[in-house]
Amino acid sequence: MKKSIVMEKISKGFMIASIVVVFIMVASIIYTIFKRGFGCITWEMVSSVPKGGFYIGGEGGFLNATVGSVYIVLASTVIGLIISIPIVFYLNVFKSQKSRLAYWVRLAFDILYGIPSIVYGAFAFSLMIYMGVRTSLLGGIIVITLLIIPILMRSMDEVAKNFPHDLLEASFSLGATRLETIGIVLRQIAPGIATATLLSVGRAIGDAAGVMFTAGFSDSIPTSLSQPAATLPLSIFFQLSAPQAEVQNRAYAAALVLTIIVLVISLLGRFITNRFSKHKLN
Amino acid sequence: MWFKNLFLRKFLASDCNEAFVPDAKFKHPDKAAEIKVEDFNLWFGDAHILKNINVAIPPNKITCIIGPSGCGKTTLLKSFNRLVDLSENVKMTGSIRLGDEDIVNCSASELVELRRKIGLVPQRPTPLPMSIMANVAYGCKIHGLRRIRENRRIVRHYLKVVGLWNEVKDRLRSPAVKLSIGQQQRLCLARSLAVEPEFILADEATSALDPVSSRTVEDLFVKLKEQYSIIMVTHTLRQAMRIADYVIFIYLGEIIEVGDAKEVFHNPKHELTKKYLEGAFS
Repeated sequence: MKKSIVMEKISKGFMIASIVVVFIMVASIIYTIFKRGFGCITWEMVSSVPKGGFYIGGEGGFLNATVGSVYIVLASTVIGLIISIPIVFYLNVFKSQKSRLAYWVRLAFDILYGIPSIVYGAFAFSLMIYMGVRTSLLGGIIVITLLIIPILMRSMDEVAKNFPHDLLEASFSLGATRLETIGIVLRQIAPGIATATLLSVGRAIGDAAGVMFTAGFSDSIPTSLSQPAATLPLSIFFQLSAPQAEVQNRAYAAALVLTIIVLVISLLGRFITNRFSKHKLN
Repeated sequence: MWFKNLFLRKFLASDCNEAFVPDAKFKHPDKAAEIKVEDFNLWFGDAHILKNINVAIPPNKITCIIGPSGCGKTTLLKSFNRLVDLSENVKMTGSIRLGDEDIVNCSASELVELRRKIGLVPQRPTPLPMSIMANVAYGCKIHGLRRIRENRRIVRHYLKVVGLWNEVKDRLRSPAVKLSIGQQQRLCLARSLAVEPEFILADEATSALDPVSSRTVEDLFVKLKEQYSIIMVTHTLRQAMRIADYVIFIYLGEIIEVGDAKEVFHNPKHELTKKYLEGAFS
């Protein structure tokens, strides 16, 4: 057999092996969560807030954490998109690929991308102490927004960078202004925006370190931005830290809810992506 | 969605033979204007691309710009609607006039209106990421013609002009990218015509097409010259010989010879033109 064909077969084998490894990892995580989670989840856990002694085996549930997580993720994703989409448009429609400003902005976001969430949390915490602000839902939203803006911005930017230049010319040649042309860019990169949003939602909903200092934790559902809010990752953490096996098992019920939320958002994102992709120029 | 389809069915069933009168906004002037280039020079950074260009492009004719690769044909073409502005470090001197309006020295708001008057058919078909119908109506919408009924009338008329109506009338809401390459190019032409330009710029508009589609687009240009003035960059000498009324031969950024197509092709005055037509260089 020719050497090149052998090399091709070996490479293909590596690729398939990598896919299998990833698939086994995902499947085993989901299997563990679903098996242990379904074993102990009850309607009371999903639909009620913790009652006295919940974390040592008492009655109640983790609705406070579910609602807190959903509040933080929704608010931070919306704010994150509102801030990062104009940056992406400015860099890709108003600035050329070789622009120095664009280079420095991208570099800054690359650095922010690599900063661990605990650092964001600690930074925000010291700011809050300085300003005399207590842990609150607003604090959590701000930190998670800061955390996901680099993810949103860089993911969308990579898609926008490959935006066909001919489309800009087509729009301008009809007499469109740059602002009107943004509508075309938006339609073309919509699948990229959906993917970036999914990535950031995944990161935001699973983050525990950033919200630990800023959103705090509370057994009740926050009714205002100034009240502390519980989140699912922290709820899982507290339950897993308990010495009782029964409470540890409950953590898997919370993990199950978290996984289902992420799964639903991912499927919704895929659906939206497919809807927008049908008009996309390749 | 059902009401949209109802509108569409009514629109398809309505009288297709009514006389088409363009919106007052897009009406041509009584006397067709010519494009007049005087002492025009263009630099990309330090590179002097177009040198002292002086030429008058007659109305209601097909003017072909011919010349070897890299001589500045496309740059000259894109100077007519200032799409060269999208490139880095562009500097222009001299003037290009469409009637009384100076294209080189106009303001941003005048440029938007000028670009409407000078349509572009690109080298590679670039349907906008939207439906067939929205593609044709896009130009009208950005110029403030937002009446749905009026836009539908315009869409139907121009799709008929480019001979695409019968092929797409049952799928006007389908993505434009699903059309064949030849159909996409005719759609781009319909999109340009929908804002009633005075001039149509065609940048090697048939080079990406198969021979049949290429011939269809060529025939369209010949038909359209009664109402529009067409400036075409072409690499195919045979195509230029078939359809050109007027020819501009450029070599290394300078105009070498200009004149009636028959005169230039059959009785070239300049030695370089003779050599180019004989195929000594390309």
